[in-house]
Amino acid sequence: MKIAVCIKQVPDTANVKLDPETHTLKREGVESIVNPFDLFALEAALRIKEAAGGEIVAVTMGPPQAETVIKDAIGFGVDEGLLLSDRAFAGADTWATTAALAKAIEGLGDVDLVICGKQAVDGDTAQVGPGIAQRLGLPHVAFVKGFREIEDKRLVVERQMDDGYDVVELPLPALITVVREVGEPRPPSLKGKMRAKKYTVPMQGAADLGLEADQVGLAGSFTQVVKVFAPSHSGERRRLEGSEDEMGAQVIDALVDNQVIMLGS
Amino acid sequence: MDYFFTEEQEMIRDLCRQIAEERIKPVRAELDEKEEFPREIMKALAQADLFQIIIPEEYGGLGGGCLENCIAVEELSRACCGVSTSYAASFLGAYPMLLFGNEAQKEKYLPLIGSGEKLCAFALTESSSGSDAGSIQTEAKKDGDSYVLNGSKQWITNGGEAGVYTVIAITDRSKGARGATAFIVEADDPGFSIGKKEIKMGIRASATAELIFKDCRIPADRVLGKEGLGFVVAMRTFDKSRPGVGAQAVGVAQGALDEAAAFARVRKQFGKPIITFQAVAHMLADMAVDIEAGRALVYAAARYIDSGAKDFSKVSAIAKVFPTDMAMRVTTNAVQVLGGHGYMREYPVEKMMRDAKILQIYEGTNQIQRNVIGQELNKEYGRKK
Ligand SMILES: Cc1cc2nc3c(=O)[nH]c(=O)nc-3n(C[C@H](O)[C@H](O)[C@H](O)COP(=O)(O)OP(=O)(O)OC[C@H]3O[C@@H](n4cnc5c(N)ncnc54)[C@H](O)[C@@H]3O)c2cc1C
Ligand SMILES: Cc1cc2nc3c(=O)[nH]c(=O)nc-3n(C[C@H](O)[C@H](O)[C@H](O)COP(=O)(O)OP(=O)(O)OC[C@H]3O[C@@H](n4cnc5c(N)ncnc54)[C@H](O)[C@@H]3O)c2cc1C
Repeated sequence: MKIAVCIKQVPDTANVKLDPETHTLKREGVESIVNPFDLFALEAALRIKEAAGGEIVAVTMGPPQAETVIKDAIGFGVDEGLLLSDRAFAGADTWATTAALAKAIEGLGDVDLVICGKQAVDGDTAQVGPGIAQRLGLPHVAFVKGFREIEDKRLVVERQMDDGYDVVELPLPALITVVREVGEPRPPSLKGKMRAKKYTVPMQGAADLGLEADQVGLAGSFTQVVKVFAPSHSGERRRLEGSEDEMGAQVIDALVDNQVIMLGS
Repeated sequence: MDYFFTEEQEMIRDLCRQIAEERIKPVRAELDEKEEFPREIMKALAQADLFQIIIPEEYGGLGGGCLENCIAVEELSRACCGVSTSYAASFLGAYPMLLFGNEAQKEKYLPLIGSGEKLCAFALTESSSGSDAGSIQTEAKKDGDSYVLNGSKQWITNGGEAGVYTVIAITDRSKGARGATAFIVEADDPGFSIGKKEIKMGIRASATAELIFKDCRIPADRVLGKEGLGFVVAMRTFDKSRPGVGAQAVGVAQGALDEAAAFARVRKQFGKPIITFQAVAHMLADMAVDIEAGRALVYAAARYIDSGAKDFSKVSAIAKVFPTDMAMRVTTNAVQVLGGHGYMREYPVEKMMRDAKILQIYEGTNQIQRNVIGQELNKEYGRKK
């Protein structure tokens, strides 16, 4: 089975700075890591490979230094990596991001399964996985938490829901996004880390993918970041006093008065 | 201090430290409390290729030596000696195959042990034969194309968890020291079973069990080296493995200093952090001195052994005695620095003190090590005259 795993480089801390001019994230100077959810995507891929054999390719789109997440992936035991990097990719929204990722996955040839993390901890939209599936015309299941059956042309997965989980069968090729419950990421391996040191990460730009400049990056995006700010907490504050029961009653009164909740008929 | 590790050695250290922090520390108290074998951690160590360290490259391993083993064991021991004992015992069982195995045996077993698919164990000790290894009773009788083993082994680390065992048994009682032979026994060999599982003072995450051989029939090609070499196999194995026990000692002592120093900075009495009392600071200082001396000794001995040195029984014994006695001192003093807190299960140092004790006992007690060193000195100074 050939598996493509999409991994994103994200800033390590909550301590992210914004560029005051462009209102975008300032990625330079902040330590970067593999998006934590993408570690679960890698773990899922490695387990499927253990069960069914095959090959895993890790793909990332990002600035040149995002090559480190590909090397990290090699350290975990992934077979190959691919970095999509191009000035033209800058400012991409989820739509433009999926344009590049989908083309790259297509270019890998005969991919049976694409695995994404549930969401990126910085962008947080959870749109990229389904977006890639849409562009590639693949069926997709989001929030996969476990595998029941793994076959050449078919997967049976458990999809996490708020109140339990669904069991979903899907034909391959397909795309899934995974959640934490899929399995604790293994540690990197010594052989993998040694290979990663020597590994030259292949890089492709928009032209290599056969994409025009207006299909990617800011130009290919439907959305633009106009302003990023921390919302100010300007609401009224009130301190409640009394016994727990009294305070509870006051909270409910306030919620009802402000039409936040409605009491049942 | 910088010990000028190669890039590969640094990688081993960093990876073991990462696993120790992420996987071992959070569960060590629970493993200790429940006396539970760390199967998940063993799996993670296998996935990280850590069982490949001493396996030669031609069998899929990393081809490391004694030093690489010591680096890994030290880091794991810093978090938990129960885990590091289970890990190191697999190498203790594998060394006889590395040192004495023929091509077919190496090809069959080393990849299994290196991948971590099977844990390994080494079985010499019996109920009436500890330090006096020559007095073992377990017998192996040749019968056509096989050997039939009868007897039992006591206190075998990884007993019941391992898939492959190196077992020393008597093949010809009349030949004395040349009458024992080393065999490879597989967990599912007929007539082999696991007896009593021990309840221990320390290293409680490790499994210690009795091995029972009742007409246990194994193919004749499971002999390591040749018939009669059993005790040679055992001694050469210990020569290689003892610095690893020294490394466990350095690790657990470092772990104890880490806890004690951090505690002494935040614990206040008489209005001041206790580290500002000279009596406490000097205890910490002595611990640091002790640990660094032990570490330097272990690395130097390991490098000496890896250099291809021929006769290193004395060096290997020295690299076990000093660090393990040192670890007992250091962990005991760590409990002292923490005071009543140190005595409580809520803090990790009482476990470290319990764990450290075994290091003075197994793989040859420290008295036996001193016997070895004494005998060697007698020989050396005899020659000099
Ligand atoms: C306020 C804001 C400003 C932004 N400004 C910029 C900008 O100036 N420049 C810019 O380049 N981007 C910018 N982005 C980032 C960009 O729009 C999204 O981060 C990107 O499209 C991915 O979406 P996401 O982070 O929500 O990922 P999600 O959809 O939450 O991610 C789901 C999964 O998709 C995969 N995935 C997501 N992104 C990638 C990737 N790049 N490579 C490989 N796999 C991936 C991963 O498997 C991930 O787990 C900005 C985002 C936000 C929220
Ligand atoms: C947790 C644990 C794990 C173990 N794992 C293994 C294993 O995996 N494989 C294995 O084969 N064995 C294993 N052992 C056995 C271990 O190697 C022995 O316990 C050790 O060799 C000492 O033997 P003994 O306990 O019988 O002590 P004894 O030999 O009875 O010694 C008792 C005391 O007498 C002293 N003494 C004995 N003889 C002399 C002498 N000639 N000179 C001076 N002092 C002497 C000893 O130093 C000790 O203080 C393990 C033991 C324990 C406790």
